[in-house]
Amino acid sequence: MIKDLFSKRRKYASMPAEREQPKTMNEGVMTKCPKCKTIVYTKELMKHANVCMHCGHHMPMTPSERIDLILDTDSFRELNPHMVSADPLEFPEYKEKLEKDQKKTGHKEAVVTGEGTIGGTPVVLGVMDPAFRMGSMGSVVGEKITRAIERALDLHAPFILFSASGGARMQEGILSLMQMAKTSAALKKMDEAGLLFVSVMTHPTTGGVSASFASLGDYNFAEPEALIGFAGRRIIEQTIRQELPEDFQTAEFLLKHGQLDKVLHRQDMKNVLSAIVQMHT
Amino acid sequence: MENHLPFEKPIMELRNKIDELKSFTDEKDIDLSGEIEKLEQRLEQLEAEVYNNLKPWQRVQIARHPERPTTLDYIDSLFEQFIELHGDRLFGDDEAIVGGIAFFEGSPVTVIGHQRGRDTKENVRRNFGMPHPEGYRKALRLMKQAEKFNRPVICFVDTKGAYPGKAAEERGQSEAIARNLMEMAGLKVPVISVVIGEGGSGGGLALGVANHVHMFENSWYSTISPEGASSILWKDASYAREAAEAMRITAGDLKEFGVIDEIVKEPRGGAHHDPKEQMAILRKTLQQSLKDLLVLTPNELIESRYEKFKQMGTFEESDF
Repeated sequence: MIKDLFSKRRKYASMPAEREQPKTMNEGVMTKCPKCKTIVYTKELMKHANVCMHCGHHMPMTPSERIDLILDTDSFRELNPHMVSADPLEFPEYKEKLEKDQKKTGHKEAVVTGEGTIGGTPVVLGVMDPAFRMGSMGSVVGEKITRAIERALDLHAPFILFSASGGARMQEGILSLMQMAKTSAALKKMDEAGLLFVSVMTHPTTGGVSASFASLGDYNFAEPEALIGFAGRRIIEQTIRQELPEDFQTAEFLLKHGQLDKVLHRQDMKNVLSAIVQMHT
Repeated sequence: MENHLPFEKPIMELRNKIDELKSFTDEKDIDLSGEIEKLEQRLEQLEAEVYNNLKPWQRVQIARHPERPTTLDYIDSLFEQFIELHGDRLFGDDEAIVGGIAFFEGSPVTVIGHQRGRDTKENVRRNFGMPHPEGYRKALRLMKQAEKFNRPVICFVDTKGAYPGKAAEERGQSEAIARNLMEMAGLKVPVISVVIGEGGSGGGLALGVANHVHMFENSWYSTISPEGASSILWKDASYAREAAEAMRITAGDLKEFGVIDEIVKEPRGGAHHDPKEQMAILRKTLQQSLKDLLVLTPNELIESRYEKFKQMGTFEESDF
């Protein structure tokens, strides 16, 4: 009886990612930087990993762009690509919203996970997508991240996660909250096994995601100017009845307050991650 | 009960009426016992009707009742020789969380809980039970200490949420909560959490990664407060009643979702109607939990805690 309780049920479906996915966030020939308003060729921008060539502003990336940027070419094999929400609260309009975002992004949920290599070393990678329900974490996001961590444990490989999330997904109620505990518990196993977890927070990483796995890296990095925090700016201003500094809850603000190891420019991302992985093999 | 809730008004009115008739009988020497008896029957009926059919929003109101017993009330009456321990050793002492060591039924335990104020002055001091990072770090320090000395950890959850403030963010509110979730998952000793009032989101969960999670009948536990959900759903915080229904935040809902182990019964109308009775009920729950958990090895405790949280969530998997 008790043995059954602790036996490991593992069901992995590994599939190459060959589904149709939008390759980029930028559809038109020209793209305008939301920060400096400079208009640039989209193709040029993509060559620069969606970083504005004029002001260095980091624009959003799709999971597939991110995977291409970080992993060795064609090394990615996706895990659990078909897991979908079961709508536990039967929340009004939730299913429709999910379907809409599935069409928009080309994947079934707000995180893409899988295995690949960096400089030839196997890693497990997760990339959250802020374009899917604001990257919010419900049961599927929590389960996919947990299985990715368990996969890393099996392979004895590092786990790297790019977070981008508005927090726990309200439409799945308490089950969303519990994903914070589930993912953090899985990371404890990695910790105990002496395995490497690198967390890279991208814009935005807030609420229940910042208050769980995203803050639990052996190394916590963030992209420049990314918004990172627990509570929303508006809520805090209403609570304390004072205006907050402009750079409040930016990556640079967190760095200054000792909450990050490093702010990492996207152009250095692969090199730094690659070096870290090398230092831990 | 002076501090009655809006939905208890008919009960209070009827009760006042009965009291009036009784004093009338005493003063004027007129026998109204037949009338009184009828009204008392009606009162019994009415109470059953109201209290046996509490709506989620009514339960939220009971959970927030100013006279509802708090963590320190339970500590005072269920534990012996409680010694409160202060501070996170890093920044300060957050009085929104209390913790310390005590005997429970003759055995040493570590007990920790959110502490809201029992009056305005205390609420200011305790920040209405909404912790800063140092509160969570104090809690973790005490849990690690419990692990070192091999004694169980008992947590009481009662917070509207972690404090949304500037200083809290600067000092790493997210990291403090996240660290607790991760470290609680690895504790080698039994961990029991009881939601005694409000289980406000991550701020509540940070004391909630336990082997057994119990929840009072009239408490709530949710990803977001009813008011917060209302502002997001209807752009207006005044639909909290509707949000409380839609979000499924009651003990019954959470039991159904497999998130909690046991619903802790409350005296009719809520814990504040009969605190003594409530203490006796909770004592039994804690006794049973400890009995079940103390037979497990450290590894079994960690693995069963992991499996418990691992199974939380619902999803569908297809091949295409």
